[in-house]
Amino acid sequence: MLRLATTTSVEHSGLLPYLLPEFEKKNGIKVHVIAVGTGKALKMGENGDVDALLVHAPDAERVFMSKGFGEKREEIMFNHFLIAGPDRDPGGIKKCKSAAQAMKRLADGLAAVISRGDDSGTHKKEQALWKSAGIKPQGEWYLEVGRGMGPALLMASEKGAYVLCDKGTFLSMKKRLELSICFEGGDSLLNVYSIISVNPKRHPRIRHGLARKIVQWMVSKEAQRSIGAFTVEGGTLFRPLRIQGKVK
Amino acid sequence: MSSFAEAWNLLISGDADTWSAIFTSLHVSLLATGIGALIGVPIGLLIGARSFKGKSVLTVFLHTLLSVPTVVVGLLLYLMFTRSGLLGGLDLLFTPALMVIGETILILPMMIVFTASAVSPLAAEVLETTASLGAGRLRSGWTLLDEARLGVLAAIVAGFGRAISEVGAAFMLGGNIRGHTRTMTTSIALETSKGEFGLGLALAFILMLIAYSINLVFYSLQQQSRTI
Repeated sequence: MLRLATTTSVEHSGLLPYLLPEFEKKNGIKVHVIAVGTGKALKMGENGDVDALLVHAPDAERVFMSKGFGEKREEIMFNHFLIAGPDRDPGGIKKCKSAAQAMKRLADGLAAVISRGDDSGTHKKEQALWKSAGIKPQGEWYLEVGRGMGPALLMASEKGAYVLCDKGTFLSMKKRLELSICFEGGDSLLNVYSIISVNPKRHPRIRHGLARKIVQWMVSKEAQRSIGAFTVEGGTLFRPLRIQGKVK
Repeated sequence: MSSFAEAWNLLISGDADTWSAIFTSLHVSLLATGIGALIGVPIGLLIGARSFKGKSVLTVFLHTLLSVPTVVVGLLLYLMFTRSGLLGGLDLLFTPALMVIGETILILPMMIVFTASAVSPLAAEVLETTASLGAGRLRSGWTLLDEARLGVLAAIVAGFGRAISEVGAAFMLGGNIRGHTRTMTTSIALETSKGEFGLGLALAFILMLIAYSINLVFYSLQQQSRTI
């Protein structure tokens, strides 16, 4: 048995039930997946409660590695974040040329903005975007809900609000949402997922052999191809990083 | 209505995730109810039957425990059982075993309080009678429990109800691992968070169906004991 902490965005997309059986069969084990925000996943790794992590907050991951909590970290796949909002676009986000401009328009407060507020990878990304746009988000328009990606999207849909979201979760939930993509693309909205094995030097009892194996397997051609071939309703959710085209 | 049909389909088609969640829910809540009853009923009996110094303080304290949020119990146990915690060496975090411990702790105050209330109004009379017949303590206690059996059974049923419907502690301590620690309630929470409201409702129907069957068993036990 291997314990893998991952983010709600990966879990909700359905990628792992599609991807992991191959790995499980090969090694004759079960992978126990625990889906939480990236912040909490990293904390679980720090405490040695899980053996490996599949997360998406590169800056926080680097801190995690530099403190010696992780042993090996490999970037395996990516997609993009996007800003979803009501189709009539009261904030005029669709016309924006850059992420910074979009964030400034959001801060005008013409419509509500839902923030995850849960220290997840998406929340960290949102905070970084506010920061680089030179904005401190506050006011009646800014709603920190402290919940996962799914609930945040559903709330935005109900309230006609904007929300920062990873493309994978957005596509997999699209048909239940009255939201459309208002801003996407651009390197500033890149969303990179990494697999990390927890450092056995800190926690001798973790299943380190298997953790190392899953890291190796995730970057293998076989797994990378499967990631690229995974679709939900015809759309690709994640793009593998190790076989076709590197991230710019 | 479509959720109702979906519930039926999930059961009939033998959907692996659904059945595994049903099994985990039953396994955890029945075990917690059993352990909770073994510990809680005797303590409730003692408290209800005797008068002692500080009884009212203790009673109020136990009633207060009924208001403890389930996530708080989850959080405290999590901190205790995380690998760097006091009991981390036992390797119980994210297992059904820790969920049983959590649910047991949650329902224990309820079982104690309800048993004590069931026993208390009968205590004086019953104990006087057994004393006059020369019965020992154990014998007297048993007789009292037997007299109050309907109330005691109600305490156990209430405990089971809280254990099987609880979601906060089950989520934190079990980790909602598919096929392992995912219960009916954590499945419902997960499907709801994904916006799969229909599926969430279907699972809720199934949970109620199972709770109904279990309560039917308890009820027939109660009816039987009435006629004895």
